[in-house]
Amino acid sequence: MLIKRRSPIKSSDITSESVYVNRRRFLQGLAGTTALALTEGASAIPAYSLDKDQPKYPGPDWLQGALRDSVRNEAFSTAEKPAPYGNIITHNNFYEFGLGKQDPSQRAQAFKTDPWKVEIAGEVNKPGVYNLEDLLKPHALEERIYRLRCVEAWSMVIPWMGFPLGDLLKRFEPTSKAKYVEFTTLQDSDQMPGQRSFFSTLDWPYVEGLRMDEAMHPLTLLAVGLYGNALPPQNGAPFRLVVPWKYGFKSIKSIVKIRLVEEMPGTSWNRTASGEYGFYANVNPRVDHPRWSQATERRLPSSLFSPNIIDTLPFNGYADDVASLYSDMDLQQWF
Amino acid sequence: MVLTDIRSRALKPLALWWLVFMLPLLPLAWLFEQAWTMNLGADPAQAIVKFTGLWTLRLLWITLAVTPLRRIFHWGWLQRYRRMLGLYVLFYAMVHLLAFATFILGWRPDLLWRELSERPYIVVGSLALLLLIPLGITSTRGMQRRLGARWVKLHRLVYVIALLAMVHFIWQIRSSFEDQLLYGVILAALLGYRIWMRRRSLKRKSR
Repeated sequence: MLIKRRSPIKSSDITSESVYVNRRRFLQGLAGTTALALTEGASAIPAYSLDKDQPKYPGPDWLQGALRDSVRNEAFSTAEKPAPYGNIITHNNFYEFGLGKQDPSQRAQAFKTDPWKVEIAGEVNKPGVYNLEDLLKPHALEERIYRLRCVEAWSMVIPWMGFPLGDLLKRFEPTSKAKYVEFTTLQDSDQMPGQRSFFSTLDWPYVEGLRMDEAMHPLTLLAVGLYGNALPPQNGAPFRLVVPWKYGFKSIKSIVKIRLVEEMPGTSWNRTASGEYGFYANVNPRVDHPRWSQATERRLPSSLFSPNIIDTLPFNGYADDVASLYSDMDLQQWF
Repeated sequence: MVLTDIRSRALKPLALWWLVFMLPLLPLAWLFEQAWTMNLGADPAQAIVKFTGLWTLRLLWITLAVTPLRRIFHWGWLQRYRRMLGLYVLFYAMVHLLAFATFILGWRPDLLWRELSERPYIVVGSLALLLLIPLGITSTRGMQRRLGARWVKLHRLVYVIALLAMVHFIWQIRSSFEDQLLYGVILAALLGYRIWMRRRSLKRKSR
């Protein structure tokens, strides 16, 4: 059920910052006192026993400390069972590396993700090009187990390691003109065979965007890790967005540029087929894709003879946290 | 094909028959092997449905290629295998639909109804399969004799089926139209050849 919250307060300043900052302080305080209390909202990440057959992605040396020190944010994690690591790293839509779900895991292994530069541009007081290492340094990593709902009507539960996008944006001091955030994926057709395809309906580089309040929402994550390890290249290494209440294509991978802008930015899928993929792309069982229904999803991994079909929830089950951002919008129109 | 040796005339068609019978089963055998060894990834259901659909299309295109190949290269022997290839199209189409209903929808009636009413490309695909069934039923020699000229007319439905299958395929384009373009060009050539032949024979008649 989508519960509409009617509130005289502007949607953008409802929960996000103050509550979230307090929550973080609370967690940090706990971390400083006793390990027992950590179970309140965050806990040490249990050691994952990864399948021996699976490749390991240790990532750059400079990331090791942050990965080691990260804790699970229980308050922001679903209790659902994460998909096996092997499934998460071999079932990817990353069209820069091919159209098949297994193409990225087969073709992205040599993808160079370190060193990596990220440009912060547009309506910020401190624009610049930064080494990813320097960009990440001030941020403590936490693990969050999120549902990921693909627009193709499948879903997975994924334990990401990352930190809130809002924390990063604040450091660069967005100006009052910053109304939207535009993200850009690397364009490098030498490394990304999909970008050489003549038949692609997508224009490169891949571009995505969020409204400022969406970007500042505490659920919006910048991920650098998966299952306690560094992010594998096929999952969008070294640095990707995760917006759990939106269809997966909003969660742009391998980001090289973050630009704050005044106007709503164009986004890749919306440019390709604006009638099928909206800018908002909030998970919504009541707004079907023109070619298929969004009312249910197949939770992967799914066994062959009892397909794991579940009802899709408004905002992918995060309605309590984010529905208020859209309380004054017609979601049929702004799909 | 020129066969001089009596023995080879008797043996060759039999060996060839087995070859044509076994070859279209290879993709299915490969699929079983991949499914059995858990090599189809996190979403084996989707992989199976996609694979069987693609092979339905390939076999249909191959079946449609029989007549042009026979005429252009004077491969008279090919004609004898057209029925078998056509039946394999029906077989793969049925496996494709069964896989979709079983592995993707789990035979949930509400989902079956929703897919049929809300996904136009599934309606088009189902229609193509539906039209294949009478062609399969009337594919026997006896039916061919009984229906006579009407058999030829009925079996021209295969062109409609091919076009429906192509629409079913095109409607699934998301980020690339490479395969759709390839299959579309081949289908255009296969149908174009027939139109060209028909025009030529009409011109000859009018002379």
